[in-house]
Amino acid sequence: MTLYLFYFLSFLAILCALMVVVSKNPVHSVLYLILTFFAIAGHYVLLNAQFLAAVHVIVYAGAIMVLFLYVIMMLNLNAETEPQKGKWLRVAATMAGGLLMVVLVGALRSAADTISLPAQDSQIGMIKNLGRVLYKDFMLPFEISSILFLSAMVGAVMLGKKEIK
Amino acid sequence: MFTPALIYSLIFIVIIFSITLVIAMYSTYAERKVAAFLQDRLGPNRAGPFGILQPVADGIKMFMKEEIIPDVSNKWLFILGPSVSMATCLMTSAVLPWGSGLTIGGTKYPMQVADVNIGILYVFGVVSIGVYGIMIGGWASNNKYSLLGALRASSQMISYEVAMGLSIIALVMMTGTLSVREIAEGQPGGHWNVLYQPLGFLIFIICAFAETNRAPFDLPECETELVGGYHTEYSSMKLGFYLFAEYINMFISSAVIATLYFGGYNMPFISRFVTDPNTLSLLGTAFLFGKIFFFIFFFMWVRWTIPRFRYDQLMNLGWKGLIPLAILNIFLTGLIMWATGKIN
Amino acid sequence: MQSLSNRSKVVVKKDLTFMERIYLPAIFGGMLITIKHFFKKKVTLNYPEVTREYAAVYRGKHVLKRDENGAERCTACGLCAVSCPAEAITMVAAERKTGEEKLYREEKYASTYEINMLRCIFCGLCEEACPKEAIFLTDVLVPTSFERGEFIYGKTELVEPLDKRVDISIRQTQAVLDFKTNKQLTHNRI
Repeated sequence: MTLYLFYFLSFLAILCALMVVVSKNPVHSVLYLILTFFAIAGHYVLLNAQFLAAVHVIVYAGAIMVLFLYVIMMLNLNAETEPQKGKWLRVAATMAGGLLMVVLVGALRSAADTISLPAQDSQIGMIKNLGRVLYKDFMLPFEISSILFLSAMVGAVMLGKKEIK
Repeated sequence: MFTPALIYSLIFIVIIFSITLVIAMYSTYAERKVAAFLQDRLGPNRAGPFGILQPVADGIKMFMKEEIIPDVSNKWLFILGPSVSMATCLMTSAVLPWGSGLTIGGTKYPMQVADVNIGILYVFGVVSIGVYGIMIGGWASNNKYSLLGALRASSQMISYEVAMGLSIIALVMMTGTLSVREIAEGQPGGHWNVLYQPLGFLIFIICAFAETNRAPFDLPECETELVGGYHTEYSSMKLGFYLFAEYINMFISSAVIATLYFGGYNMPFISRFVTDPNTLSLLGTAFLFGKIFFFIFFFMWVRWTIPRFRYDQLMNLGWKGLIPLAILNIFLTGLIMWATGKIN
Repeated sequence: MQSLSNRSKVVVKKDLTFMERIYLPAIFGGMLITIKHFFKKKVTLNYPEVTREYAAVYRGKHVLKRDENGAERCTACGLCAVSCPAEAITMVAAERKTGEEKLYREEKYASTYEINMLRCIFCGLCEEACPKEAIFLTDVLVPTSFERGEFIYGKTELVEPLDKRVDISIRQTQAVLDFKTNKQLTHNRI
């Protein structure tokens, strides 16, 4: 049952990710990206990491993608306004993408051979354990990342402020 | 395969769904009645005694209306919009506990579809997805008023989600759990969370008004400026779905408020008089529904009292008023918990 | 600019106080008002079952009265048409032939008498002006119609039928009659 769910979610994630690139309409692309995020959230649930799944949906699908969609709707992008790319650019893009795929496949192949994961506690994704790990073992990186977010917020406020004359 | 637990769950889900739909249906009737009574009128009273068949008549009317899909619209997304709206608002009720549990044939069954350990986050996740229904529908209509309504809806909902989440964090700090059931059980005998979190409750209920697009924050469908807002191009039952989703959201919001801040299904002092656990549980459920109905009435009461906010006032209130207040609330909660020795 | 009426107020836009800025006291005040209305008596009437009470001297559709013998009282003097502020009344006068004494009370009568109900403002001045007690307003409403022409009421619609006399005694109290015969008032002098 879990295996079939995993296959289904993986298939959905890959299909939607492909559709993000393939769709002509940017709004469709965004919607496919949201579906991809949902499929990934499903993976998290399969891994028994419900907190991560919920936060993933809230933050990525619920907030960031809404802003993406917001901007794209405001800009009114569509097939007509898209600039036509040259022939050479397409060839270069295909080659670069193909090379990246070769590198990724190579890296993953070798990784599968070498790393054998130690048996993990299946309850590691539960919120209590996660909180304990985050606030005990990774206290400093966690707080530093929060300061990073704070500085980003301050920067955004500064950019958004009216200039004082 | 079909264990008694599964059969019980299926029956329970069907019951919760039908109750949700019937309450949403009668909320439309109640809205009109409350509006009328607050304005010294009588309201609908022709269909059946006191007009109680009015929602049925409205439903039939909605189904019989001509279905129009604009030629210039994006057809798939046009249909997807109301579907997403309806689906998301129905999904929320899954994690809410409706009672302490029923004992049937010696086995205790919970009166809850799923007790997820991150219940509140699930509610937030589903609510944050609900905005897509409005956005997709508004954009796919290919109408400037719809688009403006959709943009307003999305920015409003994102802004108020932040304050809502922050106001909940103080509550979660206090109760120490994210499960809705545990929060509900943690306030027995009238020790309601609202007594310990009055500021958090105030922020939460204001945000609930904004999240459900109810007055005074109903700018996405502000008829004086935007014709009909995001559902300008919708007709027939697709329009009905959007309107219906609003009422279901209102019901769910009321249920969440009643559970998180007003003790949920805990009924104080009743266990002295009733001993049968099933009766006790059902009485608690009735008590919960009483609170829910009060909050639905409160939603309507506010709608017919307060005029709509201007858009810049809405954003100012959200970002400059509620979010700092919510952060202050978190800080104060932490301070008091530290002072009383709940945390070290 | 100097105020002529001394009633004008100087409007100043002042900043809101803190209590006004947090909205909540105003909101609670408003909600208190609305909840009071929730329990007040409702003004709606369930129309077909309950009708609103009419004033005793309600001014509705006109009637051209006949006298006790059934002869038309109107003598086509035109005072009603002159007094009508909306100019809704027109008439054509004719001379009574011999043998028509049963039909018309005076020697002169209105061969056509028309009131345009779209123009009429139901002020009742025609009723007041009539020296022959011929035209009265009743408590009957003028029915609606889709055609403009149907609102021009002729004698067929206005003259009271012989078998269905209209009671206007409530408008003809002694005080009204005294008022109408008071020669000191200009409109009663001939």
